[in-house]
Formats: sequence, structure tokens, C-alpha cells
Amino acid sequence: MKKLKIWQKNVLMLIVIIVLMVSALLVQPNGSFGGSDGAAETMITKLDPSYKPWISALLKPKSGEIESLLFTLQGSLGVGIIAYIIGYFRGKKKNAIN
Amino acid sequence: MTKHYQTISRILAILVLLLIITPQRAYAMHIMEGFLPLSWCIFWFAVFLPFFIYGLIKIKQIVAVDDHNKILLALCGAFIFILSALKIPSVTGSTSHPTGVGLGTALFGPGVISILGTICLLFQALLLAHGGLTTLGANAVSMAVVGPFVGYGVYRLFKKMNINHSVALFACAALADLATYLTTSIQLGVVFPDPNTGVLGSVLKFIGIFCITQIPISIAEGLLTVITYNLISSSLPMKEGTIK
Repeated sequence: MKKLKIWQKNVLMLIVIIVLMVSALLVQPNGSFGGSDGAAETMITKLDPSYKPWISALLKPKSGEIESLLFTLQGSLGVGIIAYIIGYFRGKKKNAIN
Repeated sequence: MTKHYQTISRILAILVLLLIITPQRAYAMHIMEGFLPLSWCIFWFAVFLPFFIYGLIKIKQIVAVDDHNKILLALCGAFIFILSALKIPSVTGSTSHPTGVGLGTALFGPGVISILGTICLLFQALLLAHGGLTTLGANAVSMAVVGPFVGYGVYRLFKKMNINHSVALFACAALADLATYLTTSIQLGVVFPDPNTGVLGSVLKFIGIFCITQIPISIAEGLLTVITYNLISSSLPMKEGTIK
């Protein structure tokens, strides 16, 4: 087998990730794909019906839309930082060569 | 070589089958505000504190060694931000998110994650009502302490065995992810024992739910970590000394 270049490996791995996600959606056509926290509460109240949360979050996103806005913000913040750093060093390297 | 592939494909087939036949709802790794009794909140904060101090010392040392490390640390923190904002669908019909701690763990060791991971947890607790301030200690122990330490152990072991660097990095990230959710299962199971089967039964219940949903997500996380590492290692001034 010919040795793959790094970018070819990266593309291959990306494809595997996409396949993982899409297959999840295909395998469970009736899945709710809800996540998380509401469901955790249900589980806990099932195990201990008498338990009452003794404190609640200070700020709660007003709706699902606002929540996804904040999640997107969080992700883009990270991407922005990483893209800046990679770009900065790419440029620096190029300058050093010239 | 073909025998190797046969074994791998057989294991994969079994895993996929396991995932399909056990549909479950997802549970985020963050324990919600108010869902741990006060005494447990204090307990987990106490457990976390020494690691937090260790992390501060580590970061100070790392930054002192080389100025570039400051930028690399920012990059590792940013990676945690991105990955923990991703809610990835799993074959179990629900979504859950990766932790993103693998990259920083492999580059700088587990100590720095106690700080970087906690910054991310704080952001989500304050702005997104994901996790909470009272449960921050418990969530930090699972995502910013146990996960990275397990990942680092695996990474060191693989390196010692002279296994390919990408494979070691993949295992580090994927197992740190799984260890995080395993810890959360234990944290919840201890507080909310099953009426019939007790603490162990409850822990197993949470493990069953968390870890099965998390298997494909931890694989995706491992691959994403390797891709990101490949991208940065070709353009960043990374010396051998940085990678311990």
C-alpha cells in the first residue's frame, strides 16, 4: 500500500467521523436525539422520587434558539482562536523562509 | 495482515450491534445545578482543589520554559471550547458531547487541563445553564482531572510500547472521554442509589446509559484530536521538548 500523505489521512478521518454521525441518524430513524439534561433529571427523580433540586441555575437561556446561539458562540470562539494561531505561525514560517 | 483486519472488523460489527440493540436516552456529562446535595458538592470541591493548585503551578512552569507555550496552551483551551460545544448524534438515538481534553493532555500533561477544562465548564455553567456552580467541583473532577489523567496514562503507555504517535493520541483522547463519563456515572450512582439494587446497581445503570452512547462519540473525538494535531504540528514551532 502506498503511504498516504498527511492531508489524505485527515480527509479519511473526517469521512469516518461523518459516517459515524450519519449512520447514527440512519440507524435510529425514530430516535428523538434529544440530549441530555432534562433526561438526567428524569432518571434521578425515578431513582429517588423525593429528591428536590435545592438550587437552580442563575441564568437560563430564554429558549432553545438562544441556547444554540450561545453554543455556536462558544464553538466559534474556539475556532477563531485556533485559526488565528495556525495562520499566524504559517505566515511566520513563510517569512522566515523568504 | 488480513487476519488482523478480520479481527478488527469482527470487533466493530459486535460493537455496532451492541449500539443498535440498546437504544437509550442521553445524559450530558455535566451534573446539573441543584442535583448534588450540598455535602457532596463540598466533597468534590475538596477533591478538586489540590489538582487545581497543581495545574496552576504546572502552567506557570510551562509558560516559563518557552514563550510559544502560552500560545499552544490557548490553542488547547480553544480546542476544549469547540469540542464541548458539539452535540454529536450517537447510534443509540440520542446526542452527547465530547470533552476535547485529549490534545492538551498529550501536549502538556494532565495538570494543565485542571485549569483549561474548568474555564470551559465555568463558561457553560454561567451562560448556558449546563452544569452548575455548586456542581462545578464534581464536573471538574470528572472532565478536568480523571479524564485527562487516564488519557495521559494511556498515552505514556502507548509511547513506551513504541506505538505510532497518531494511535497513541487517538487512544488518549477517546479514553479520556470515556473515563469522564464513567466518573459522572459513579458520582451520580453514589448519590442516587437504586432502591432495589443499591449503589452498585445505580452506578451500573448510569454506566450502561452513558458509556454506550459515548462509544461512537469518543471515537469521533479521538479522530478529531488527531486531525487537529496534524494540522497544527505542520505549522507550529513545536519542539520535541514540548511533547512529553
